[in-house]
Amino acid sequence: MDLSAINPVLLIASLMVAATAVMIAAVGELVVERAGVLNLGVEGMMITGAICGFAVAVGTGSPTIGFVAAAAGGALLSLLFAGLTQFALANQVASGLALTLFGLGLSSLLGQGYVGIKPPATPRLDIPVLTDLPVVGRILFGHDLMVYFGVALVAAVWGFLTYTRAGLVLRAVGENHDAAHALGYKVRLIRVAAIAFGGACAGLGGAYISLIRVPQWTEGMTAGVGWIALALVVFASWKPWRVLLGAYLFGGVTVLQLNLQAAGLAIPVEYLSMSPYLITILVLVIMSADRSRAPASLGRSFHASQ
Amino acid sequence: MQKRTFLASAAMTLALATGAFAASHAEKVKVGFVYVGPVGDGGWTYEHDQGRLAVEEEFGDAVETVFVENVPEGPDAERVMTEMALNGADLIFSTSFGYMDPTINVAQKFPDVKFEHATGYKRADNVSTYSARFYEGRAVQGTIAGHMTESNVVGYIGSYPIPEVIRGINSAYIHAKKVNPDVEFKIVWAFTWFDPAKEADAARTLIEQGADVILQHTDSTAPQAAAEAAGNVITFGQASDMAEFAPKPRVSSIIDNWAPYYIARVQAVMDGNWESMDTWDGIGPGMVGIGEITDAVPAEVKEEALALKDALADGSYHAFTGPLKKQDGSDWLAEGETADDGTLAGMNFYVEGLDGEIPQ
Repeated sequence: MDLSAINPVLLIASLMVAATAVMIAAVGELVVERAGVLNLGVEGMMITGAICGFAVAVGTGSPTIGFVAAAAGGALLSLLFAGLTQFALANQVASGLALTLFGLGLSSLLGQGYVGIKPPATPRLDIPVLTDLPVVGRILFGHDLMVYFGVALVAAVWGFLTYTRAGLVLRAVGENHDAAHALGYKVRLIRVAAIAFGGACAGLGGAYISLIRVPQWTEGMTAGVGWIALALVVFASWKPWRVLLGAYLFGGVTVLQLNLQAAGLAIPVEYLSMSPYLITILVLVIMSADRSRAPASLGRSFHASQ
Repeated sequence: MQKRTFLASAAMTLALATGAFAASHAEKVKVGFVYVGPVGDGGWTYEHDQGRLAVEEEFGDAVETVFVENVPEGPDAERVMTEMALNGADLIFSTSFGYMDPTINVAQKFPDVKFEHATGYKRADNVSTYSARFYEGRAVQGTIAGHMTESNVVGYIGSYPIPEVIRGINSAYIHAKKVNPDVEFKIVWAFTWFDPAKEADAARTLIEQGADVILQHTDSTAPQAAAEAAGNVITFGQASDMAEFAPKPRVSSIIDNWAPYYIARVQAVMDGNWESMDTWDGIGPGMVGIGEITDAVPAEVKEEALALKDALADGSYHAFTGPLKKQDGSDWLAEGETADDGTLAGMNFYVEGLDGEIPQ
């Protein structure tokens, strides 16, 4: 075993990359859940975003337009869920699960002609002096823009929910939709907007995998990241900064176990492979001591007549 | 997976329709193919489908082929093969290790239909098995890897710890060591055949730990993409040529070429002399191909690799030739002795010099 082969700076830099997709998807779902809607279709929206972003990036040659298309694709798919749950008053759990299955099928259909193609490269941020700084340079300044976008998004969502009037209204809708309705807020409209935002974030997260993390298209390539994003929201007890913490922890353990294997650590590989999940569960148990609870109207359908 | 069931059903409907067509052209030989992945995976399944197309090209109107892709290894495989047999298939190729038991089960129900199972070891009167000696290709890769590495660290992404994969690691290591005594292998087990995100992470990890050559026994091109991003790292195509990453990082490849075998077996069915047998062919008969060695490799290294390839092809050299010891230091092969196929087929140990343990 040679643990000195593991470079902590590179480890931190690569855990930030490994965490970004799940973080962006989770912070979008957090907004949806704070508005009182439980959308279990994150995986389906992510994979749809992955292929939409990939196809458009290949078609236009611009990763930026690809990311915009991924957000649009995810949001569009989420509007299907919004229509079902907010207007047809369908069960949110069942609709969300259906959305995942639908998204997986739709993405493999859309992706038929894109197997084996390379997308245009997304440039890394490279600031002449800063990136060359020892240690912090590589960690803070050597990433692609989406890594910073993810962190900025968490900050923006936190600021929005904590300090703005719109954020307060959104939370009110999530806590007690009848009261919010009585005060004259348009509950359905606010929820549809939140669902679309969540869909856009999931789409971006998916495109991060297909355009940057792997740069290629493969059926089912999100491989369960959407489910981890859902778990992360609960793990974070519906608080934005804890989403960031949880994503880095999960990404960190994932990358660390590969590093330990490559360094020849004498722990059976199977234990290393399951370690990210085990540690996430463990931290979840510890953090549940925090008495923050889920939004009171989470998962309940709203109709103005009731 | 709902979508797979849907795809399978759609394909079966197609098979039914074409089956009815075949009934009116009874002289045609009908050949079915069962695939584990999509035909566009660029690796394993892609090459099997190329074999199917070669059969169509060779026999033209005398043959009719059907295929079903994305068939999960389990009860679905049995159902797909049963329907193929019911629809009049004369010969069915099932092309993944996990189809072994389903193939045997279905074959018992249809004694008049011939079955061919890739990479398995269970045979019956109407079930043949076939596989390729990929380890011969690994020997060529190892030689190039040993010469090309400057950090003396070669990264290897393994899928599952089964004899097929372990054989490849040993063969690559033995030949890298032969040309570069200082070489060291770092091995990461991915526990998947095909998960691009995980393969990319594994490749990046190995590169960060100093590997400048990445070998893989997983099917996607994600490690190639990771190597390209890292810059000064070389890789090899796996199962398929992966030429879109040439001339660098992909400097050569191991290619599965099933076409001659498929053509020969279909011919045997037509001639009525098909027999159950076990085929394990390598570079010589052309079942394993070495993809073009690019100019990123120095001329003398390329020459040496090609010489090794020729020696493996004409049988004058065996990839596992003694003296060789096992990882624990015990003797395995004496000077000049070569490994027998039985040992190779069940290989579950590393050779001396490799670090780490094989997951059990």
